[in-house]
Amino acid sequence: MGFPIRIPTLRGLTGVPSISRDEVAHLAKLARLAVTEDELDLFAGQLDVILQSVATVGDIATADIPPTSHAVPLTNVFREDVVRPSLGQQQALSGAPEAEDGRFRVPRILGEEA
Amino acid sequence: MTSLVELMDYDEVIEKYDPVLGLEVHVELHTNTKMFCGCANEFGGEPNTNTCPTCLGLPGSLPVVNGKAVESAIRIGLALNCEIAEWCRFARKNYFYPDMPKNFQTSQYDEPIAFNGWLDVTLDDGEVIRVEIERAHMEEDTGKSLHVGGATGRIHGAEHSLLDYNRAGVPLIEIVTKMIPGTGRRAPEVARAYVTALRDLLKALDVSDVRMDQGSLRCDANVSLSPKTTGALGTRTETKNVNSLRSVERAVRFEMTRQAAVLSSGGEVTQETRHFDESSGSTSPGRKKETAEDYRYFPEPDLVPIAPSREWVEQLRGTLPELPWERRARIQKEWNLTDEVLRDLVNANALDLIIATVEAGAKPDEARSWWVSYLAQQANTRGVDLPDLPITPAQVARVIELVNAGALTNKLAREAVNGVLAGEGSPDEVVEKRGLKVVSDDSALEKAVDEALAAQPDVAQKIRDGKVQAAGAIVGAVMKATKGQADAARVREIVLARCS
Repeated sequence: MGFPIRIPTLRGLTGVPSISRDEVAHLAKLARLAVTEDELDLFAGQLDVILQSVATVGDIATADIPPTSHAVPLTNVFREDVVRPSLGQQQALSGAPEAEDGRFRVPRILGEEA
Repeated sequence: MTSLVELMDYDEVIEKYDPVLGLEVHVELHTNTKMFCGCANEFGGEPNTNTCPTCLGLPGSLPVVNGKAVESAIRIGLALNCEIAEWCRFARKNYFYPDMPKNFQTSQYDEPIAFNGWLDVTLDDGEVIRVEIERAHMEEDTGKSLHVGGATGRIHGAEHSLLDYNRAGVPLIEIVTKMIPGTGRRAPEVARAYVTALRDLLKALDVSDVRMDQGSLRCDANVSLSPKTTGALGTRTETKNVNSLRSVERAVRFEMTRQAAVLSSGGEVTQETRHFDESSGSTSPGRKKETAEDYRYFPEPDLVPIAPSREWVEQLRGTLPELPWERRARIQKEWNLTDEVLRDLVNANALDLIIATVEAGAKPDEARSWWVSYLAQQANTRGVDLPDLPITPAQVARVIELVNAGALTNKLAREAVNGVLAGEGSPDEVVEKRGLKVVSDDSALEKAVDEALAAQPDVAQKIRDGKVQAAGAIVGAVMKATKGQADAARVREIVLARCS
């Protein structure tokens, strides 16, 4: 069941940041956010407070309480395999900044990570 | 590019290393609609015509799971001898790449719908290898990118890319094997045989078109080498763009010889995705992949969990058709085929065609004879696989029926088949159009025999003198005169009667 959402165990830790500056920089890169050096310090501190707060839940939750992912106790909500009208090409592309030959046109994909 | 890559001789590779395989097969389900929306799931439409707010990832849209796709996933899991999860969720796989307009792919992560199975795979010589299945999980296919401005249509060097989202959201099942060690020299063959067996299985289940050429069945081959001296596991590469059964075999073999050359020269194999090039048979580095952690998987909040009841699972188990290996075992027994004959029929892709021909009314021997001789020759001449010949088993059965009814001779039957292959219509239409008809009217035959005897008086005399074998020349002349439409045995009887 454990999705790798990394909530560090904070029990016993005091004052030690649970999320490092490097981790914040890495997350920012994955999220394609341009974060300045100053902001890295700021966000690391803020995120640390959030993580510590969330981690207190872990003090209460025991093995017999499964993590909640959905607020409603529903399962097996399915749709019939019946075709419904699509938007059509013109409407689908109407919000695109650029289009070409019936397709969405995007800037070159590689390069930013090279 | 190939010339720059150093390769080790295959025999030497096997001497020094043990290959370890891992195969990931993606199969597109042929449901009517996509995985999470009601857009049509079809191949080859005009770009972006089968799109809606959900599969375009527009704000405010919400996905709803296609029940039929879940059903297919469970049936695939059962056919692969998997356990079916009692409860599982979808997850978001987050990444920035324009093939998914949502910026994430809805997939399953550590809670696959099916897990811990196996598939028995028969190699060309009949040896059976059990491939363990790690899991089969549900996800959605991505859009198709067209890279513009590069030299080869590849992403490298492209100036911009064009996206078609018709395929985005098409139901996809990813089937992952456990590590397959110990196959040695036969690793490339095992890889091909596994994908072949899986394709046949999925076809029997009728859940997918399983067309590798159209991308509805795709294989990623993971290969690593373990040095025999240490037995340590090697670093693996994942080769993509492997679009035919033959390519699966070639790609594995190429990676084995490439990695061995890297290792033996003191280098290290880089863990990476590689791209298979069909024309050169080589692999080259592809885009760098993010690690699993970088995808920041988390449970999909917009989709509730799936909890297949055991009753539902058992009901679906009841819908499993006779599976390819069960079918082969039954046919072998019923038709009394040796292992060798059966294997030849399977390897020639003939067995299913013969079975279908028999189901359409022909006798097994007759059906077999047509497919493995005349039709096999025709396929060979045309350079296509037997199943791709433009004639159906039912049509072959009809030709056999016409022969058995005495309406066609064997020669005429071949002509009828040629007509069908040439696109002239059904066997009956070809017979009609080409005027293929056995001349069974004795008076017409007698007239032709008399003419032939008159044309060759010396031969006629020989027959009268008791040299019965000379009758062949007259029969031949009559067959020629009737354009092969006479029954040769009957002609012979008439010749002998006329000369007695």
